[in-house]
Amino acid sequence: MLIALAITPQQLYGQLLIGLINGSFYALLSLGLAVIFGMLNVVNFAHGAFYMVGAFVAYLLLQYGGVTYWFALFLVPAIVGLLGAVVERLLIRRLAGLDHLYSLLLTFGLALAMQGLFQYYFGSSGKPYPAPRELAGAYNLGFMFLPKYRAWVIVCSLVVCLATWFAIEKTRLGAYLRAATENPTMVRAFGVNVPLMITATYGFGVALAAFAGVLAAPIYQVRPGMGADIIAVVFAVVVIGGMGSILGSILTGFALGVVEGLTKVFYPEISNTVVFVIMAIVLIIRPSGLFGRAA
Amino acid sequence: MPDAALKVAGLEAWYGESHILHGVDFEVRPGEVVTLLGRNGAGKTTTLKSIMGIVGKRKGSVTYQGRETIALSSDRIARAGIALCPEERAIFHSLSVRENLMLPPRVAAEGGLTLERIFTLFPNLKERLASGGGKLSGGEQQMLAIARILRTGAKFLMLDEPTEGLAPVIVQQIGRTIQEIKKAGFTILLVEQNFRWASTLADRFYVMEHGRIVERFAAADLSANMDKLHDYLGV
Repeated sequence: MLIALAITPQQLYGQLLIGLINGSFYALLSLGLAVIFGMLNVVNFAHGAFYMVGAFVAYLLLQYGGVTYWFALFLVPAIVGLLGAVVERLLIRRLAGLDHLYSLLLTFGLALAMQGLFQYYFGSSGKPYPAPRELAGAYNLGFMFLPKYRAWVIVCSLVVCLATWFAIEKTRLGAYLRAATENPTMVRAFGVNVPLMITATYGFGVALAAFAGVLAAPIYQVRPGMGADIIAVVFAVVVIGGMGSILGSILTGFALGVVEGLTKVFYPEISNTVVFVIMAIVLIIRPSGLFGRAA
Repeated sequence: MPDAALKVAGLEAWYGESHILHGVDFEVRPGEVVTLLGRNGAGKTTTLKSIMGIVGKRKGSVTYQGRETIALSSDRIARAGIALCPEERAIFHSLSVRENLMLPPRVAAEGGLTLERIFTLFPNLKERLASGGGKLSGGEQQMLAIARILRTGAKFLMLDEPTEGLAPVIVQQIGRTIQEIKKAGFTILLVEQNFRWASTLADRFYVMEHGRIVERFAAADLSANMDKLHDYLGV
């Protein structure tokens, strides 16, 4: 069949790999969005900007501090996550209890401000970020070459996504989180410091975005616009998977990356649109998303 | 007479613009079961929520074991040893029965019931630990809502209409539970419509009307006050 379509297996596997790579980032980013939305009821439009900031902080740490990739992988999410916690505490909290629209506008404004700031200081062209030496080269799989760094990104994203899912669904802290998503007043009346939990949750979601940013830095170039580019697709992923569903956002993220990649092989003309077409279809047939609970 | 465990004085509370409590005064002594009676809308539930710190705005004084709690947030009130079993039961549907039961963090190192003891009181719960919280019957939900505040070490329990809508056999079971935990040293503030059932448990009664306490009497004086009570409650 591949021959009939004049497609080489190399093309197919290559695009599948690109799909999995993109899917890794979609999954990490939509997971953070889902965690934040579940707990805070905030549609975090600044998520792409925090992803961009993550990549930039890694770049700056390397340029001016000599901090290598492996340290950045831990340090950057901590720094940017803390920044997120401050943003929640000082800004987003003031809008608690108001309509979704207010926090959406606030985070949208924040995204524009962050992007503008980085554009002003660093220009809009991309900065190179080298992949770590340990992950240079590629595996020869026989049917294709798999760059080691790309394999690392896929594995890393999968592990972090599953660990997050486990923490939320299977641990005591996760039970607090799920309970507070349902009824924050009651959880607080049991003696849990819910406002602190909300700040930490936002910080954690933002840290996931920053982590994705560090992972992305050696693959895509570090640019102020990199967050804005990816976030539109990520929101489509979240809509398809169902707002607030943890496992749904992970699965949908990877699946849509692959679908996008396959589309590039079989019908490249719509590869940039296919996610949004799926989103439209899902919205018509199942508005709460594939994994979402009906509202 | 021992000092009050909980002393409420001049308590006022608001939901948004509506002023619900207009100066509530009462006290609960250590080890007592005290019941708040009154018609719907008299302010009983709001009184419990105000003590817990989960109403919009409150004013006045609520001291627990001599400590003023009116300015504390609800998580700190909980950690002082006060627990609420709300009228709507508030079982978390996205959590299993086990997770629901284990959810409230311990607020004191000791004083809570052990799980074995809790399962002796509510054997049904033990069989349903793996079920989802949303799958329970009304009676099981009520048992779970009571059970989860028994193990935390909180010694002052507020139960809001624990028998509402339940079958007589379960109402009896909850009555036995309250007697048991009273013997174990818990102090209980009960809101109850079913005052005949409450009269078998309570040491004292307060009657509320229009956001104030209008009458108080001991369990022993219940029969002498029956006429008055019928007037207040309209039964």
